[in-house]
Amino acid sequence: MSEREPVLVMRGIGKRFPGVVALDGVDLRLFPGEVHALMGENGAGKSTLIKVLTGAYHHDQGDITLGGEPVAFAGPHQAQQAGISTVYQEINLCPNLSVAENVLIGRAPTRFGRIRWSAMRRRAEELLARLQLSIDVGSDLGAHSIAVQQLVAIARALDVDAKVLVLDEPTSSLDASEVDQLFRVMRGLKDDGIAILFVTHFLDQVYEIADRMTVLRNGRRVGEYRTAELSQLDLVAAMIGKELAALEDIEEAPRREVAALERGTPVVSADGVGRAGAIAPFSLGIHKGEVVGLAGLLGSGRTEIARLLFGADRSDQGQIAVDGTPVTFRGPQSAMRHGIAYCPENRRTDGLVEELTVRENIVLALQAARGWARPVPRGRQDELVGRFVKALDIRPADPELPVRNLSGGNQQKVLLARWLITEPRLMILDEPTRGIDVGAKAEIQRLVVELSDGGMAVLFISAELEEVLRLSHKVAVLRDRRLVTELENTDGLDLDRVMAAIASGGAT
Amino acid sequence: MAVALARRQMERWRGSREPRGSDGMSNLVRHRLFWPVAMLLLLLVGNLAFTPGFFAIELRDGHLFGALIDILRQGAPLMLVALGMTLVIATGGIDLSVGAVVAISGALACQQISQLGDQGAVGGVLVAVALALLLCAGLGLWNGFLVGVVGIQPIIATLILMIAGRGVAQLITGGQIINVNSPPYKAIATGFLLAVPVPVIIAAALVAVVALVTRRSAFGMLLESVGGNAGASRLAGIRSRQLIIIAYVACAVCAGVAGLMVSSTVSSADGNNAGLLIELDAILAVVIGGTSLLGGRFSIAGTVVGALLIKTLDTTIYTIGIPPEVTLLFKAVVVVVLCLVQAPAFRARFARRRPTAEVSA
Ligand SMILES: Nc1ncnc2c1ncn2[C@@H]1O[C@H](COP(=O)(O)OP(=O)(O)OP(=O)(O)O)[C@@H](O)[C@H]1O
Ligand SMILES: [Mg+2]
Repeated sequence: MSEREPVLVMRGIGKRFPGVVALDGVDLRLFPGEVHALMGENGAGKSTLIKVLTGAYHHDQGDITLGGEPVAFAGPHQAQQAGISTVYQEINLCPNLSVAENVLIGRAPTRFGRIRWSAMRRRAEELLARLQLSIDVGSDLGAHSIAVQQLVAIARALDVDAKVLVLDEPTSSLDASEVDQLFRVMRGLKDDGIAILFVTHFLDQVYEIADRMTVLRNGRRVGEYRTAELSQLDLVAAMIGKELAALEDIEEAPRREVAALERGTPVVSADGVGRAGAIAPFSLGIHKGEVVGLAGLLGSGRTEIARLLFGADRSDQGQIAVDGTPVTFRGPQSAMRHGIAYCPENRRTDGLVEELTVRENIVLALQAARGWARPVPRGRQDELVGRFVKALDIRPADPELPVRNLSGGNQQKVLLARWLITEPRLMILDEPTRGIDVGAKAEIQRLVVELSDGGMAVLFISAELEEVLRLSHKVAVLRDRRLVTELENTDGLDLDRVMAAIASGGAT
Repeated sequence: MAVALARRQMERWRGSREPRGSDGMSNLVRHRLFWPVAMLLLLLVGNLAFTPGFFAIELRDGHLFGALIDILRQGAPLMLVALGMTLVIATGGIDLSVGAVVAISGALACQQISQLGDQGAVGGVLVAVALALLLCAGLGLWNGFLVGVVGIQPIIATLILMIAGRGVAQLITGGQIINVNSPPYKAIATGFLLAVPVPVIIAAALVAVVALVTRRSAFGMLLESVGGNAGASRLAGIRSRQLIIIAYVACAVCAGVAGLMVSSTVSSADGNNAGLLIELDAILAVVIGGTSLLGGRFSIAGTVVGALLIKTLDTTIYTIGIPPEVTLLFKAVVVVVLCLVQAPAFRARFARRRPTAEVSA
């Protein structure tokens, strides 16, 4: 099998940014009809290698051949025309255009130079149907959740006649069922002889779909392996460059027993709170030291609940109470005054200010709460930022770097740090481990456990049910924008029961 | 394992140090004020070639005189307008009404002074000036309200006052040009304090105040955050409405002070022509100074350099005797070159040529 010629070869690729060597002599080979996983910690250089491949960045060293011919793309458009179709890590679609336009932008079917809108809608619907996504293709893309946007970006990449398909963390906010669907499509493409480059931090996914993988560490290639010949443990060791013992004990971070919780008056409670078109009226209480997980499929209303509790959207009925006292949130800042923090799922549009530095992004919420006239003293900023850069292992550990220059996973950590320093009483975490590597993910899970032990109430949202189950004391199950049931996370609760509750709408 | 860790640490250390320390020169070039400052110096030196005494500054009757001083003095109004514009642009907005505000400010001040029994009374002039600036603050509040509260696009919201403001100025002056004969008022533009022209002192003081307030408080950072990502800023709990209103008020007040200077220079108020097209020069100064029209990061130092650059360019056009019919064209060409030189994409094109050339050589 390895006798076949690779369709794409990158050899000795070097790329440096001011102050950082992102890639140093990296080799990569992609074979037709194979799924190739690109693995590495946050900041290892995966996205950079992909951007070099597609001409989004110009490399300083090395060469690239596609189908035996040397190539050097001036930009992603050229790469696409040469048969390399890419979904970037940070979704780069136009939120104010319709879904159909986003899927087919630049390739809209035309007649006599005019766009045929109906044909365009049909084509877009077909492409999305391949991923089993049925949404109104005429709606604005920005109105959809990040998971839907991710699927739209993938659909867009699938529409091209490609030799190579590149997917940079396409599954970071997808549920199991969408991942299955994506994998089904990927297997089909594989059988057509397309080479697929796939980045993810989910090891299970790698072992499910990838035939071969390349591991990067600190901008260097550690090696190329056949998936079948490398155990998960060896893979992780290759990625982080040390033995894995440390990781094991984090996996089993001891969550406090449900029985040990004192459930008096909830820190924050919602009584019949709802918003037309977003979420049906729900009631939910989150107590001191309690982690409440939200479980549900894509579009089931998880983020909507978070936004209502944070005052990011206004509820049109029901009553929110803090410590039993009814409150009305007129916006995020009034929720923040009551000690509520919300770490949103879409770090790019809702979270970070990309051109500000790491330090500025971290102190932003704290500063906003104090108002502009009372700046956080610089010494205190440096101290806080230094502490969290270290605690979360944000790399490079230079607080004065623009956040834009950080890798995706490190940006996510910056966002977490922003809310951690506000020391909230209720922390709402919407996909906090999105795009974060195995080691850091375990670290963040441990952090959640620690925080709740310290008395913080946590609302934890994740597409990854295992994670929800591991951390939560109580799991609220959502389906079709309705909170259908609450399950105490005692011994009897396992993944199957949660899934069953999701599937049946709570009638277990 | 310890070895691997140590090596990783080394790599990280090397990775973050090596290129940075490599040469100070490229750091200097990379500084975002490098190109505007370089262009400014180039223009000044160019002037020296045409006018030998260009750099000469002399002390006459305890007053500083010279071509450079003239540039500073004549550039003061533009610098002030651009200063306020910087704040507005940082929010991701734009203020087209500054020219009209310049006219209104001068008009109200002159109208008030012309009503005084004794036009030389300092108290009366101060009241007139205060009234004019108060009105400007009100106009800024109006702009800020339309943009921050009603949510109208800045370019449209300020277009309203850009058009209507000229009418208001006409109304105040009664459609005439109001001439005043008031030594205290005249001093705003032509006086000297400790040998330095008053407008230069006023401009420097306002620049210093704005720079201090934005950078010593958190105002600048929050403004940049709102301009950089309004949605994320809201979710971080920033009250952007308040910041936006303050920016527009500050902009209008700066334009108001500039308006006083403009009308004081000629001791009269012309509702039609005062501050005409100054909004464009101001926007240009801000952009040359490295502040993006998309909002976000702003640089007050950059704006100051940008304003000086534009004023120097105007002066150059006179001193090297460019025929009047091509002055606008000349200015346009210089501006285009300037913007190109500053555009990272354009520079990268040339930077990229180099390594390939080396390879083929
Ligand atoms: N535009 C840039 N300017 C400066 N440094 C950059 C830039 N882009 C990436 N880097 C740096 O290059 C390194 C590699 O980043 P890259 O985004 O490739 O990581 P990654 O492997 O994709 O990580 P993640 O899993 O977090 O997405 C990081 O140290 C990052 O800080
Ligand atoms: Mg990445």
